[in-house]
Amino acid sequence: MPFISVFDVLGPNMIGPSSSHTAGACVIAFLARKMLGGKPKKVEFILYGSFAKTYKGHGTDRALLGGLMGFGTDDVRIRDSFNIAKERGIEYKFTPNSEVTDIHPNTVDVCMEDEEGRSVTVRGESLGGGKVRIVKIGEVDIDFSGEYSALVLVHKDRPGVIAYTTKILCEHNINIAFMKLYRESKGNRAYTIIESDESIPKTVKDDLYKNEYISQVMIVQ
Amino acid sequence: MDFSNAKELLELCDSNKMSISEVMKQRECDESTSSKEEIKEKMKRVLQIMRDSATMPINTPMKSMGGLIGGEAKKLSDYREAKKNISSSVLSRGMMYAMAVLECNASMGLIVAAPTAGSSGVVPGLLLAMQDVYSFSDDKIMDALFAAGAIGYLAMRNATVAGAVGGCQAEMGVASAMAAAGAVELMGGTPRQSLDAASTVLMNMLGLVCDPVGGLVEYPCQNRNASGVANALVATDMALAGITQLIPFDEMLDTMYRVGKRMPVELRETALGGCAVTKSACEACGMCG
Repeated sequence: MPFISVFDVLGPNMIGPSSSHTAGACVIAFLARKMLGGKPKKVEFILYGSFAKTYKGHGTDRALLGGLMGFGTDDVRIRDSFNIAKERGIEYKFTPNSEVTDIHPNTVDVCMEDEEGRSVTVRGESLGGGKVRIVKIGEVDIDFSGEYSALVLVHKDRPGVIAYTTKILCEHNINIAFMKLYRESKGNRAYTIIESDESIPKTVKDDLYKNEYISQVMIVQ
Repeated sequence: MDFSNAKELLELCDSNKMSISEVMKQRECDESTSSKEEIKEKMKRVLQIMRDSATMPINTPMKSMGGLIGGEAKKLSDYREAKKNISSSVLSRGMMYAMAVLECNASMGLIVAAPTAGSSGVVPGLLLAMQDVYSFSDDKIMDALFAAGAIGYLAMRNATVAGAVGGCQAEMGVASAMAAAGAVELMGGTPRQSLDAASTVLMNMLGLVCDPVGGLVEYPCQNRNASGVANALVATDMALAGITQLIPFDEMLDTMYRVGKRMPVELRETALGGCAVTKSACEACGMCG
């Protein structure tokens, strides 16, 4: 059983009104933003289930946009995130989808495009109490909570990529708590998610990019 | 130092001659590998946010996002200032603060979920009111928060604090149980009395459904935060008067969880039953188009 801190009980410190519909939404978009390489330029949030029905009254829209801009759940700027996004030149759109129903009731797809035209869609679920799960990047099903320091790699499905990665982590004395591998198909695009107890230094990123098969390195912590 | 139920918590308190808050602080240090100073700093921030959210709406009332609430805390404050309140000084202040926190929450202000956003008014409401009336130091109030945290931790570990799983009894019930346990320790009660008070609250709030109008954390949530303070006070006074409870906290928590799971889904945060489907609520909400 994971440790429940007194600050999980008296917390999170958050902008209201709802830990699942506001704080959780903010965390999902915050994590999604880390999966995008550059600065977000355009974003569409597709809202499902209860998110689709009650997003306005819960400020889910403001929280999502705030999270995308890197705001934490206790950042009072969330209230003004529409204006701040406009100032930053970020195009945003919210699309409720009531047709898909066989899905976790608090689900959102974050479809992002950065300034260099790269795009990625990340799906997240808000589980309650501000806890979330990222369940999809692009077309690949994943499972990632963002509670640990994490390294997310996009690479080609080739022999040696994992060995190379773990060697780099070993050199930085980083202990791997969890490690998960996913791939679109044999020999094609693959994702590796490594969660660690220690924070991951930026130099790890530079070292990993030296591998010819690794195309993207994201550190989420 | 760790415990998985109230029985073990009591044993730790007895064998080490420690209060619930002391055990909870030690547990936090041991299990999160943080220093006493670090957790104290974090709790200071919690108390600061609680105080701001409990007082800001009294001076600056705000309409909620869903438009169902706003201005209630100021009304209670004016009423109190006019010395018209029938309830005691602690209760009338406590309900004012509790409603203020919910008003802050519903207008996208900064709050501390305690244990949830919808029930975030009860713990600060009661403890801040007691600080006003009895002039407790911030350190004492933070100790009470650790004691309250122990109850909330057990509820999260062994039952639920989610309205969608266990109804309002799981959110407001646990919040009030937390507040009562903290209040008992604050007034010099024993760990057993804190747990008895928490047990009493769960008993008295057993079966309370979660039926938010429009699915929003506004109404009746705000009212119930005020009544949560009252329930906590009733249990606190009973425990401090020496009334013991037949049913210990662990059994009461388990009962609350079982009752919650047997509640129909309409009465668990779906806005498909209870207050949410009354004629007046539907007219005010208008979300079904």
